[in-house]
Order: sequence, then structure tokens, then C-alpha cells
Amino acid sequence: MTATRSIFLPLGILFLLTAVAILFVPGRQAPFAADSIPSGPMKAGTFDPPQTAPDFSLPASDGSEVTLSRYRGKVVLLTFGFTYCAAVCPTTMSTLAQARAKLGKAADDVQVIFVTVDPARDDSASMQTYLAAFDPTFVGATGKPEILAKVREKYGVTAVKQGTGTDYAMAHTSSIFLIDRSGKLRAMMPFGHDAADFVHDVRILLDA
Amino acid sequence: MRNAKRLAIVLAVLVVGGLGWAALWPVASGSREQLYQIPRGTSERRLAGEDLDILPHTIRLTLGQKDVLALKNNDAAPHIFGPTLIMPGQTFRLPFTTASTNSFVCTAHADGQLTVVVDPEPTPGWQRLRWRWRSMTETV
Repeated sequence: MTATRSIFLPLGILFLLTAVAILFVPGRQAPFAADSIPSGPMKAGTFDPPQTAPDFSLPASDGSEVTLSRYRGKVVLLTFGFTYCAAVCPTTMSTLAQARAKLGKAADDVQVIFVTVDPARDDSASMQTYLAAFDPTFVGATGKPEILAKVREKYGVTAVKQGTGTDYAMAHTSSIFLIDRSGKLRAMMPFGHDAADFVHDVRILLDA
Repeated sequence: MRNAKRLAIVLAVLVVGGLGWAALWPVASGSREQLYQIPRGTSERRLAGEDLDILPHTIRLTLGQKDVLALKNNDAAPHIFGPTLIMPGQTFRLPFTTASTNSFVCTAHADGQLTVVVDPEPTPGWQRLRWRWRSMTETV
């Protein structure tokens, strides 16, 4: 009886101490050090320090020439894909269109650029029709395969043809690059984030 | 005999206390970042034909503990490291907010794939005990 009591007493004290300690849980730490990213933690992956986004000059879906420098002063959401894409690209375009809609007036300072990885099928006219279905402000970029390959290389984007004949697909990097008003490549959002995450990060870049 | 009984009691208290602590005590880590670095000279070594595997094929993160993948390029050349191209001296930090399994194209690997598994935040009890055990065995 005495032995049983002598076991339960220290055990009881231990559990009591543990329970008390749990009540004083320290606050969760921020994922980043305060001085690491001045504009606060973003939902996208961030580059530190940010560098100037590689520029390019490509035939645009609206018949003009698309360059990044043309959109200085705006936040640019740059993505790579192809209009015959069955799932990833339509989802991305739809998400970005939703994000722009949620941004309201601030969306005037946001430009989406869609660079094709399939110039054999994506000419300016077909890209214009495709993009307008999501948001008429979206701009497509196409061009010669070797020029587009160089652009992809500068962003570390891959694109590999899968299948043969006319019904082929392109396996490609599905991330979206976030470029700030000064033309700096600030972040990369992997595929799968919703419109709210884009709104969150775009607001950070617009307010910076 | 009496000393043996006392010793048994002390051991029992320590074991139960230790398990109770491991299962219930909040887990905390100094930084939420899990850092991987490309060492200086990597590109030269690769050009010389050396087969370098800097990044594991599968990275395991835990929400609330280590949920920011940090990739730093200490080399003089740009590298595709994990899911993106990272310039010399640059760090790429990718936060994860949901428990998930993510596949990224990664040219740093022979099969071109990087998998990032994000485990849920360990809840008090068995999950926390298991997380502590895994952290301890990985450290050792």
C-alpha cells in the first residue's frame, strides 16, 4: 500500500507539472526573421536578395511586342504554358483571373504574361482568343522556338514534348513568377495555390 | 531489497515522466527553415565530371516546426536547385502551409524529380512522441 502510494505521488506531481507547463506554451515563431524579408512573409517562395528579372522581347498576342520593361511600374505575374494544356494552364489562368477580380481597382497595376512553350501550335491570334476567355488584359507571348528556349533557360523553366503526331502534350514548369514594380524577380508561386494567396502576395508587392 | 524497490520506482517515474514530457511538451525549434546549400565550386566539380548529389530526392518538412524550405547557392554559377533557378549568393525560401506531398521538376537530380513531403504539425500524444523520436534518430 505504502509502495503504491510512493509511486503514484511522484507520478501525479510529474503529470501536474507537465500540464502546468503546457498552459505556458511559448508563442509560435514567425517563419522568417524580421529583417530577412522587409515586406513580410509571402505565400510564394521568395528570392533573397531579389535580382532583376531577365527581360525578353517576344511577339505578343495583341500584335505588339511584349517585354518586361514595358510593364515597369506594374506587378507582373509571369507564367509558361500552352493553349492545348488540358489541366494545369487553364487552372492557373483561371486562378490568376480570379485574383485580378478580387484585387479590384488595384488590378490595374497587375499584368499577367503567358509565355508559350508550344510555338508550333500557339500563334499570336490563337493565344489572344485563349487568354481573352479568362481575362482580356492577359498578354500572351510566342516566338521562335530557340528564342523561347533561351527565355525559359533564364528562368530555369523546363518544357518537354510528350507524345507524337498532332495530339502531343508539353510537360512544363507550372510555377508563376512574381515580378515587382521595379522589375525585380521577387518570388515564385508553385502550382496549386488559390487566388487568395496571389492576392495576398500581389498586395505586398504593390505596397512595397 | 528495499533499495531495489526504490530504484525501480525511480526508474518508473523517469520513464513515465520522460514519455509524458515527449508526448505532451510543446515542440519548438529555433528556426522554421530547413536549409540546403550548394557549396562553392560545385559547378567546376560538375564540369570536371564529378557526380554530385547535394539535395536529397525526398525532403521531409513538418508544419509549425520546419515548414520553410531554404535553398542557398554559395557557388559562383546559377543553379537549378530544387524547384527553381537560384543565382549566386541568393537564397530561395519556400514556405508550406498545408500537409502535402509536392513534386517538383529538379534538374539537379538524375531522374529530374524532387519530392517534398510536408507532415502535419505533431499533435500532443502519439504524434508528438513519434515526431520527437524521428527527430532524435535523424540527428543521431
